[in-house]
Amino acid sequence: MIEIRGLKKRLSRRPVLDGLDLDARKGETLVVLGPSGTGKSVLLKHIIGLMQPDQGSIRIDGEEIVGLGEKALNQVRRRFGMLFQSSALFDSMTVGENVALALQEHARGMDPGEVRRRVEERLDWVGLKDAAIMKPASLSGGMRKRVGLARALATDPEYVLYDEPTTGLDPITADVINQLIRALQKQLHMTSVVVTHDIKSAYSVADRIVLLYQGRVKYDGTVDETRRTGDAMMRQFIEGSSQGPIQPL
Amino acid sequence: MANGVTPDDLALGGLRLVRGRLGDWLAEIGRVTTMMLETTQASLERLPSARLVVQQMAAIGVDSLWLVIVVSVFTGAVAAVQAAYQFTAVVPLKYLSGVILRSVVIELGPVLTALVIGGRVGASIAAELGTMKVTEQIDALRAMGISPMRYLVAPRVIAAIVMLPILTVYADAIAILGGYIVAVTSLNVSAPTYVQGLREFFHMKDLLSGLLKAVFFGNIIGIMGCYYGFQTEGGAEGVGRATTAAVVTSCVLILILDYILATILFRVVFA
Repeated sequence: MIEIRGLKKRLSRRPVLDGLDLDARKGETLVVLGPSGTGKSVLLKHIIGLMQPDQGSIRIDGEEIVGLGEKALNQVRRRFGMLFQSSALFDSMTVGENVALALQEHARGMDPGEVRRRVEERLDWVGLKDAAIMKPASLSGGMRKRVGLARALATDPEYVLYDEPTTGLDPITADVINQLIRALQKQLHMTSVVVTHDIKSAYSVADRIVLLYQGRVKYDGTVDETRRTGDAMMRQFIEGSSQGPIQPL
Repeated sequence: MANGVTPDDLALGGLRLVRGRLGDWLAEIGRVTTMMLETTQASLERLPSARLVVQQMAAIGVDSLWLVIVVSVFTGAVAAVQAAYQFTAVVPLKYLSGVILRSVVIELGPVLTALVIGGRVGASIAAELGTMKVTEQIDALRAMGISPMRYLVAPRVIAAIVMLPILTVYADAIAILGGYIVAVTSLNVSAPTYVQGLREFFHMKDLLSGLLKAVFFGNIIGIMGCYYGFQTEGGAEGVGRATTAAVVTSCVLILILDYILATILFRVVFA
């Protein structure tokens, strides 16, 4: 379980997270919605220890990670997989090498044959079994996201963080990614946090949806509750209206 | 003063400017030192992959060899022409090879090799790591629990420290050969005279001091390339800025360190 309490972060003197409280329960897929620039990606980077907050607490299964040194954080990070907004694939490596990297680094005793088998299996999960020898530069945006997903799942993580998994994709490819996230979630029972501003994607993958605005959670509900909600902010976001309590940046 | 600015205001403004610049430099030195310490610590906790170090040695050393050969052969040739001009009617040309040898081995070989490699390799390291930074690849490594200091910085710095002295040995030999070609073909120095001069003027301490300098220069090139790569912000423009900063800073530091090492080696250690 991820427990976040009173998280504060200022960037360029502007408060991005302003006393955020949030829980991601074991095994659930939590979707964090919010307009651009409200600190959704910053939140994910705090959860995985890529950023340190100015104030507040983040506990992973009861273990406080705020203030941990890089070595201790690396141990925590090994329990996570993360899909980056830009996929962040290593350009100098093939697709197979991208997926294999964490396995080779963390399970040094692992038989190369077993590494190969796992890489093939993960690429098969995302429908790219034949892409192992391709370079990231030759992949489409959707394929890059799928490779990023295979890489995030390589080490059987307990937690998976998704940063805008469907941003920049056409609606059909976005749906393929959504279905994939949902299917893998059902199959592997991980705890997932998905950051997005794509309401359709949120409905597809979420168990629970929260709305982040001005550095705090302004709405929290299940998918069904969200569809029916009368909350003014959430409704404005669902309807994509510029009129309402959420001020466009 | 007419516009209300007094000399005191000007002095105070100047002081603030100097203090700001000084603060920036000190902060920069602090960040570079921190990076070196973190890289050392991460590498001691777990050694960097030998495969990555060898890959970088090939990229930094082997791939730079032709550039070093071209620069060195002309360095030796110019040294021969210039020395012969300076010797005219003052010093016999039998001393020509000795002057070329000592100036190349002590100074020209290590410094010019470092400046050339600083330009080629420093820029390439900063551009590669800078691009990785702005495309979140370095964040992706950290998110996987892999230390970028051990995985990216250490192999590049180790490779630069190992390869610079090796390239310097090549540079020394080829520059001396360049001097030989010019001396024998156009300065009326016979081959045995040139070789005899080399034998007479060769001192192991000269060679060692040059190679020791190359070790320090390699460290500067590796660290500066990685540091500016990691500091990159703001897309393609940021990568361009990081690349320029890495090359300029490396070259300036190489020349400053050259003076410091020359003073220590020839006025203290070998005095």
